[in-house]
Amino acid sequence: MLKYIIPLVLFIIMAVFLGLGLTLNPSEIPSPFINKPAPNFSAPKLNAPQERLTPADLKGQVWLFNVWASWCVSCRSEHPVLNDLARLNAVTIIGLNYKDDPVDAKKWLDTLGNPYNISIMDQEGRIGIDYGVYGVPETFVIDKKGVIRYKQTGPVTVVDLQKTLIPLLDKLQAEPQ
Amino acid sequence: MKRLLFMLVLLSGSCYAVDSRQLSDPKQQESYETLTKELRCLVCQNQTIADSNAELASDLRRQVSEMLAQGKSKEEIVQFMTDRYGDFVLYKPAFKGKTLLLWIAPIAFLVIGLIAVLLVIRSKKAKEKLTSDAGALQRDTEKQKKIRSLLNNGEIS
Repeated sequence: MLKYIIPLVLFIIMAVFLGLGLTLNPSEIPSPFINKPAPNFSAPKLNAPQERLTPADLKGQVWLFNVWASWCVSCRSEHPVLNDLARLNAVTIIGLNYKDDPVDAKKWLDTLGNPYNISIMDQEGRIGIDYGVYGVPETFVIDKKGVIRYKQTGPVTVVDLQKTLIPLLDKLQAEPQ
Repeated sequence: MKRLLFMLVLLSGSCYAVDSRQLSDPKQQESYETLTKELRCLVCQNQTIADSNAELASDLRRQVSEMLAQGKSKEEIVQFMTDRYGDFVLYKPAFKGKTLLLWIAPIAFLVIGLIAVLLVIRSKKAKEKLTSDAGALQRDTEKQKKIRSLLNNGEIS
C-alpha cells in the first residue's frame, strides 16, 4: 500500500509547486525600493532643458514617477490610462523619459496627449539604474515625505488604477506632510 | 562539415556581439570581467551582463567599469547593484535567510535521493534472502521426502 502512497504524495507535492510556478510572473522582480527614500536625481526637463528637477522640489506632494519612452510599445497601451488619471487631478505625475530622443518624445506627447505635469530626460539611463528600472514602463508612487511606497513594473491598466493606485493615492494624500 | 561551420558562425556571432569595455589597470580589468559574469541581465534573465546585448546590460557594464575606474571595490559594486535590483541581479546569491532554500535544496534532494536508493537496495536484498531461504526450505522438504521414500523402498527390498 505504501508503495502506491509515496509516489502519489510526491506527485501531489510536485503538482502543487509546478502549479504555483505557472501563476507566477518571472519578469516581476521584488523591488528593494519599497519604503525607502526615492533616490536623488537632478535632471533636465523635457520641455525646458535649461531647467532641472530634483525630488526635493516635490517634497510635500504625493507623486507618481512613470518611466516611459517613445520607443516602448507597452507605453502606448498605458498612455490613455495615464491620461485618464491626469484628468482626475489626484496626483502629480512626473515622467522619466528613459533613453529616448527628445524630438521623438515631444512628438509622442503632442500626438497622444501629455498626462505629465513635468517630464524629465534620462538619455543615458543613469536615473533608470538608480531606480532599478529594467523594463519600461515602470511606475513608482512616492509619498509626501519622499518615500517610495509602491512600484509597478509593466503598463498600468484601468483595473490597476481602480483596484490599487487610486485607493493608495487617496490614502497617501490623507497622510500628514 | 557544413553543419559544423554553421555552428561556428553562430557561436562567433554570440562571442563578438557584446561591446566589452577595456580598463587601463589590468587588475580592474580582471574585476570587471568577474563582476560582469556574476551580474544578471534583468531583461534577458538567463544571461549575465557580460553575455547580453540588451541595452540595460550595456548600461550596467558601463556602470561597473566607471565604478571600478573610480576605485570602488567589488563588494561596493555588488552592493550598489543589489540595492537597486535586489538579490535577483546576482547569479551567485548571498547565503542568507531568504536564499537559504536555494542553497540547501540541491543538497537536500541529493541526500533524499541517496537514502531512497539505499532503502530500495536494502528491501530488495531482504526480499532476495527471504526467497532463497524459502527455496532452501522447500529443497530440504523435497530431500526429506526423497529420503523417506528411499528408506521405504529399502524396507521393501
